[in-house]
Amino acid sequence: MQAEVIAYSPSRSSQLPPQPQAAVKAPSLRRAQRDPAWVRWGLTAIALTAVTLLIGIPIVYVFVEALADGPAVYLHNLFGDPDTRHSIYLTLTVVPVALVANVLFGLAAAWSVTRFQFRGRALLTALIDLPFSVSPVVAGLMFVLIFGLQGYLGPFLRRDGYALMPYLTSALVVLLAVVAYALFRPRIASQRRGLWKHPWLSTLGGGSLLFALLVVAQQRLGLWPQNASLKIIFAVPGLVLATSFVTFPFVARELIPVMDAIGPDEELAAVSLGASGWQMFWHVTLPNVKWGLAYGIILCNARAMGEFGAVYVVSGHIAGQTDTMPLRIEKLFQEYNLPGSFAVASVLTLLAILTLFIKSRLEQHMPSHSPATSAPQGATKS
Amino acid sequence: MSILIQDVSKRFGTFSALEHVTLEVPNGSLLALLGPSGSGKTTLLRIIAGLEVADSGSVRHQDEDITHYSARDRKVGFVFQHYALFRHMTIAENIGYGLRVRGVAKPEREQRVAELLKLIRLDGLGSRYPAQLSGGQRQRVALARALAARPSVLLLDEPFGALDAKVRQELRQWLRRLHEEIQVTSVFVTHDQEEAFEVADRVVVMNHGRIEQVGSPAQVFEHPANEFVMDFLGNVNVFPGRIEQGKAVLSGPELASPRDAHPEARRAAVYVRPHELSLQRDQSSTSLAARVVHVNPTGARTKIELRALHSDQLITAELTAEQFAELGLKSGDTVHVSPRRVHVFEPEYTI
Repeated sequence: MQAEVIAYSPSRSSQLPPQPQAAVKAPSLRRAQRDPAWVRWGLTAIALTAVTLLIGIPIVYVFVEALADGPAVYLHNLFGDPDTRHSIYLTLTVVPVALVANVLFGLAAAWSVTRFQFRGRALLTALIDLPFSVSPVVAGLMFVLIFGLQGYLGPFLRRDGYALMPYLTSALVVLLAVVAYALFRPRIASQRRGLWKHPWLSTLGGGSLLFALLVVAQQRLGLWPQNASLKIIFAVPGLVLATSFVTFPFVARELIPVMDAIGPDEELAAVSLGASGWQMFWHVTLPNVKWGLAYGIILCNARAMGEFGAVYVVSGHIAGQTDTMPLRIEKLFQEYNLPGSFAVASVLTLLAILTLFIKSRLEQHMPSHSPATSAPQGATKS
Repeated sequence: MSILIQDVSKRFGTFSALEHVTLEVPNGSLLALLGPSGSGKTTLLRIIAGLEVADSGSVRHQDEDITHYSARDRKVGFVFQHYALFRHMTIAENIGYGLRVRGVAKPEREQRVAELLKLIRLDGLGSRYPAQLSGGQRQRVALARALAARPSVLLLDEPFGALDAKVRQELRQWLRRLHEEIQVTSVFVTHDQEEAFEVADRVVVMNHGRIEQVGSPAQVFEHPANEFVMDFLGNVNVFPGRIEQGKAVLSGPELASPRDAHPEARRAAVYVRPHELSLQRDQSSTSLAARVVHVNPTGARTKIELRALHSDQLITAELTAEQFAELGLKSGDTVHVSPRRVHVFEPEYTI
């Protein structure tokens, strides 16, 4: 039997009729995509006017006023006055502490919200946003109500506030010890001996024992002053608390969508390849969210430095003690010291412009712009 | 036995993903978990990997109870459906990661990575990033990464699900050859019966969190254990009928039943695969008259849709190109259909 042979002529494509030259672009298409000139120019003009009037001129004016009497006076206004100097120093101490607290909180919150399913997850997500919707003044008042003299904890803190410190420091040490226990527990079950075999007994029993020992030791040794007032309101701890509260959501809010988009698969892959939780975090999670984290830190920093309302309530504006930069600006302004006020304002404005610059650079690295995120998130399957 | 799963159950809220599943995976086998979505196959795979914890039951590996071992202690290689490559690491760093976290020295690690890059035929691309590779290349990298630390079990979750048809075909054959080469016990999840049959030497058919049948591809296809397996593995025609004195009786023709007879007649469904139907121009005692509705020549085989004349039932038949040419069928022709082989599943006998 003979096989059927079908031959294809290689010149087939050349037999096609010649392609018509690229057709003339339909004019109607262009018209549909473009609005009339007066609309385009009109809208641009409105936007430009608004930006110039509301943003451009005031910013320029801040610097003009600050430098009105020359750079020498400007520098003297900034650094000559000890109260102003202290306000800059205070802002530069309060803001980093609040930032560190919020980075830790933001990572923990984003992690728990995106990687675990638990009761109250929706509530936690809503609560993270609460500081955005609460007026900063109300936030400040809250802290006054808790820690202030007429507040719930006020009388106790005033009488013997430092009595709390042994408990707080001991709790912190115990927490660190529990984390260390989890990290150093042998990986292979057969290598676990003694206390490594009983994680609950070890952490609960050992933890409470350590806690009790530390508390008693600190009390016996008299590490903390007795019967002294621990000031939170009208002092630096209050400033840190208020600033942290107001800037609470920034890091978590930036991280949650990034971690949601990336999904848990890479982390699971790391674990199944033998990575510990610690290694997984540093090798996989952090590199994946680093730009989102940096973006959140920048926004958080900008907000923390400029915070006025909540800090205003808890600071009590003691010049040279609890005045941060925004509070100092307001005070100088009230004292009709306009050059001084504008000098400090110019520093904050400069920091804001710097933040904006870094932010726009970071946006190029955000996952939504990067090509590496093409892998879709693993959908829940059978 | 390499892996022994005993009486494992898992629930997600009110949804029961696995119900008392017991399964053995022999050493060196390549086993496919096959089932529709929601059948629990991925959950079972993740329980073997330790990425999910069973509510009850145990998982043993080489006679060691690993039920409560975490994923990192199980010496299991896991390949994710969407690769899950570390996007900020190069291909070489990805493949070497399992060795890096286990503290393997750098020269040894580099040697193993080079070896694996050669195995997956991507030598020279070690310094690229995952985003610069095609889907098929990424899946191969994911496989190499899972193999780097010489796991005793390789688990693959829908490994070819996200690839286009041609690449999928190539990778299937490649995986088959790779398995013959390295002989590591492997389990993969798929919903594609063609894939399961082509790659695996054992197929586990799952449905609703239960195992319906375990066997070689041929066993499962030729001797399906129940209606579900018959129905799930390829097209099938279902005829309502009854069993009567050793014969399966369709509405019309009588056929010999493969099973022992019960004296009294009972209703039963009769299953016939499209390629096990013969079409004739002439009527015979066991044939069913039908009209050709549609002819669909798909390459080597021709699919023919028919409608039974007296019951209006739709029937699909499959002919080889030669058979089809011989018959010369057109839409509207009347033909006589007779099954060459039938499967009858008797309903549970209840009183």
